[in-house]
Amino acid sequence: MIAFWILAPVMVVAALGMLFARKAVHAAILLAVVMMSLAVLYVVQDAPFLFAVQIIVYTGAILMLFLFVLMLVGVDSSDSVIETIKGQRLWAIIIGLVFAGTLVLGVAQISVGAVTGLDTANKGGNVPAISQILFTRYVFAFEATSALLITAALGAMVLAHRERLTPKLTQADMAAQRMRDYADHGKHLGPLPPPGVFARHNAVDTPALLPDGTASEASISRVLAARGTVKSVPEMAADVAHMMIDPADEISTDGSEK
Amino acid sequence: MSATPFIVLSAILFSIGSIGVLVRRNAIVMFMCVELMLNASNLALITFSRSSGTLDGQIAAFFVMVVAAAEVVVGLAIIMTIFRTRRSASVDDASLLKY
Repeated sequence: MIAFWILAPVMVVAALGMLFARKAVHAAILLAVVMMSLAVLYVVQDAPFLFAVQIIVYTGAILMLFLFVLMLVGVDSSDSVIETIKGQRLWAIIIGLVFAGTLVLGVAQISVGAVTGLDTANKGGNVPAISQILFTRYVFAFEATSALLITAALGAMVLAHRERLTPKLTQADMAAQRMRDYADHGKHLGPLPPPGVFARHNAVDTPALLPDGTASEASISRVLAARGTVKSVPEMAADVAHMMIDPADEISTDGSEK
Repeated sequence: MSATPFIVLSAILFSIGSIGVLVRRNAIVMFMCVELMLNASNLALITFSRSSGTLDGQIAAFFVMVVAAAEVVVGLAIIMTIFRTRRSASVDDASLLKY
């Protein structure tokens, strides 16, 4: 019971955190906390086999699948705050709280009766006892799950498969395309400009400065621009100006060092 | 060890999951909340199994896990396909059938 009273608040806080986490990765980590705590509660309740399955299948496989898809979809795909249906969020919270109150009150009032415990059922070990039931009484359901798993694997392959609609571009094609772009639109033929390398900044988040002092957008990665981690131009301009003024000051103040 | 606290915890987790499905917009986070609901029901099943003294509840929880694994695989594949065509994981953007 001690394990329950320690883990229950942790689980509820982690589950509530899933509602408020801005980033999907944080929600995934909090879900992992809930799942691991649940696994411990399974052990407390005489279900060691399901403890192992919970950790291997849920925390190991399903959660990792979630994280893989998060990496594919983009970690920064956070929630939009705009409501498409007016008042949807407010009503969802109200109805959810009413549902929670009803469910918890109703469940707390029923009496489950005296707890029998699984000591007799688990006498020869939990796993042999489960397999005894699984392969006799539930054998058809077990066979059906195999069909379900095969169908799910096939479905995932079909959904993830992408038919190539256009022929694959070769290096010669790309070179010809570059030349055509140059001929038609005057697009620069050579490589993109590198990010700014200055006396103080030598990082990919610093755009190169054009001769007129503006930042060259082609010199920084699109991903950095989308994340908003690029150094702003005024900040940089001040820095560059500072660097250009500073050496002059140095020379004028200590003339001995020449 | 009474069974009621476990069932109440399961009910709380289930309701939090359902609120999450209603409130969140990101399809992946919604999907995680569905997983939370499935986990909460598993806890209730295992508690009932202990209180009745038979292992049928644990078998049911085991089948829930199998079905959840299959569901996650297909669901995430659908989310990926939608993301590939619409460049967004928000459920509000997948409203083409409305028009």
